[in-house]
Amino acid sequence: MVDTKVTLCGITLDNPVIPASGTFGFGQEFHRHYDINILGSFSFKGTTLHPRFGNPTPRIAECPGGMLNAVGLQNPGVDHVIAEELPALRKIFHKPVMANVSGFSVEEYVEVCRRLDQEDGIGWLEVNVSCPNVHGGGMSFGTCPEAAAEVTRAVKAVTTKPVIIKLSPNVTDIVSIAKACEDAGADGVSLINTLLGMRIDLKTRKPVLANTTGGYSGPGVFPVAVRMVYQVSQAVSIPVVGMGGVTTAEDVIEMMLAGATAVEVGAANLVNPYACAMIIEDLPQVMEKYSIDRLNEIIGAAHKAN
Amino acid sequence: MDQQICSVLENKPLTDSVWRMRLKADTASITAPGQFVNLKLDGLYLRRPISVCDWDEGSVTLIYKIVGKGTEAMSHLWGGQASVDVLLGLGNGYDLTKSGPSPLLIGGGVGVPPMYGLAKKLLAQGKDVTVILGFNTKDEIFCEEEFKALGAKVFVTTVDGSYGVKGFVTDVMKDLSYTYFYTCGPMPMFKAIEKTAVTGGQFSFEERMGCGFGACMGCTCKTKYGNKRICKDGPVLEREEIVW
Ligand SMILES: Cc1cc2nc3c(=O)[nH]c(=O)nc-3n(C[C@H](O)[C@H](O)[C@H](O)COP(=O)(O)OP(=O)(O)OC[C@H]3O[C@@H](n4cnc5c(N)ncnc54)[C@H](O)[C@@H]3O)c2cc1C
Ligand SMILES: Cc1cc2nc3c(=O)[nH]c(=O)nc-3n(C[C@H](O)[C@H](O)[C@H](O)COP(=O)(O)O)c2cc1C
Ligand code: FES
Repeated sequence: MVDTKVTLCGITLDNPVIPASGTFGFGQEFHRHYDINILGSFSFKGTTLHPRFGNPTPRIAECPGGMLNAVGLQNPGVDHVIAEELPALRKIFHKPVMANVSGFSVEEYVEVCRRLDQEDGIGWLEVNVSCPNVHGGGMSFGTCPEAAAEVTRAVKAVTTKPVIIKLSPNVTDIVSIAKACEDAGADGVSLINTLLGMRIDLKTRKPVLANTTGGYSGPGVFPVAVRMVYQVSQAVSIPVVGMGGVTTAEDVIEMMLAGATAVEVGAANLVNPYACAMIIEDLPQVMEKYSIDRLNEIIGAAHKAN
Repeated sequence: MDQQICSVLENKPLTDSVWRMRLKADTASITAPGQFVNLKLDGLYLRRPISVCDWDEGSVTLIYKIVGKGTEAMSHLWGGQASVDVLLGLGNGYDLTKSGPSPLLIGGGVGVPPMYGLAKKLLAQGKDVTVILGFNTKDEIFCEEEFKALGAKVFVTTVDGSYGVKGFVTDVMKDLSYTYFYTCGPMPMFKAIEKTAVTGGQFSFEERMGCGFGACMGCTCKTKYGNKRICKDGPVLEREEIVW
């Protein structure tokens, strides 16, 4: 029997597979199809202080090797999440969940995190400083080390749960931002969010997305994500949650060799609702194939120092 | 919702660009006409949503127009070995309980297919069904005979007058009496129907989809009763809740 357990910021997961924020809602759509308690955990839809409709449609575009989305953080707001979504979630999911938080000001991040920190069933706060689809907000915090550090410090000051800062790949030096978050007290970092992209319709000669640009994710971003996880995990001593294009159990292992302690799966859930169930089912065989007894022993095995 | 690998029983052109495909499938998850399926095609990332035209216990029929890579790839799926990964039973579908005794069904272009399954079900309930099929020109017409064979009263309109009534579906609609209406088709047709209709009704909407089963918030629209996901809370919306 192989051991798929990993420990993320002091909480042990049965396996490292975590559906990524924005691709799993609050779990309900998937729970109808498989028991989501087989998951390591999952990260729920990015939550803001007030309800948000998000961007106008079309919000989705096809791309080679993946998709663009410009959903723009549609969510019902933190109070509704606490009053409606979390109680419904507790009925179907019996493990610590990752609370994904977004904001447009330091004060908003602080307020949303403070409220969610008091809720049962939440294991980690994943603070998204990297959503590329909102104007004047999210992105600016994740593209500058000082701003990312400021959000981290402010959130840490009002919370007790582990805080994982979710980083943007749309920066010149992701390592310096990760380090700034670590120095400011982050308990972990997760990466990557989507890569900023765009498609144009040849017939109309206009952008496909109403928002003009959107975030690229799916298998096409996998090598970029592996590279960034590899670089960041060697530069910081806090755990790194890796994501971006993960589709198979092999991808999970590659991400962990690059330095990820746990692995999130995003777009794959949308085109194959059973994607995470299949990855989890395949993991033991693939581990055996590559002579891996304990998954937690391969974290960062590809690093230069090893 | 239900995921299946379906073999292709039939796939052939009805007009220059519109094809009919019949898939072998367990259709237990299809509960109402107006629902859709979502097909995974080789070389493309996102699935392609197509309305259920008709279904029986062991098969589902789709009618689709070739407009891009995905629908093009669909038209290449044939021969004994051809199969396709399909999510079935998506969306709410039409609510038949509101039809009254004499419902009017209006399909425009590739909005015609879901009207077929709907007409079949309403006729089976003993309703007096009238159908208006709207096309641009004679060469684009499909399914007229199939609707007649069901026993529905059928009107065809063409914009250029090359067949049937010259003009738009609303040119026929305005002179008919009906107890309720159901429609699927392009947005300009919907707006004309909204102006012409004298009863309640249901419209089936299209939107670009990431998942088709309610997970990604890619397809949300505003309604009078709050945000709705076209793929899950729709694609069918009631006339009175639509924000035009
Ligand atoms: C609920 C629903 C039911 C539908 N039923 C039918 C049907 O019965 N018959 C039929 O011919 N067509 C139907 N359509 C439209 C059909 O989904 C598109 O024509 C098809 O996705 C185009 O794919 P493509 O790769 O050929 O075109 P491309 O333009 O290359 O597609 C690019 C991307 O845009 C999306 N897209 C393009 N046009 C549409 C559209 N009109 N609606 C939604 N997404 C679109 C595609 O899915 C793909 O992700 C339906 C759409 C929806 C939402
Ligand atoms: C439709 C969609 C919605 C998303 N919404 C969020 C969100 O609300 N918060 C967030 O932190 N990331 C969000 N993301 C980013 C994903 O969590 C993930 O970081 C990214 O998609 C890369 O992983 P993937 O290639 O496996 O999809 C979203 C992604 C998609 C495709
Ligand atoms: S397409 Fe994903 S929620 Fe509708």
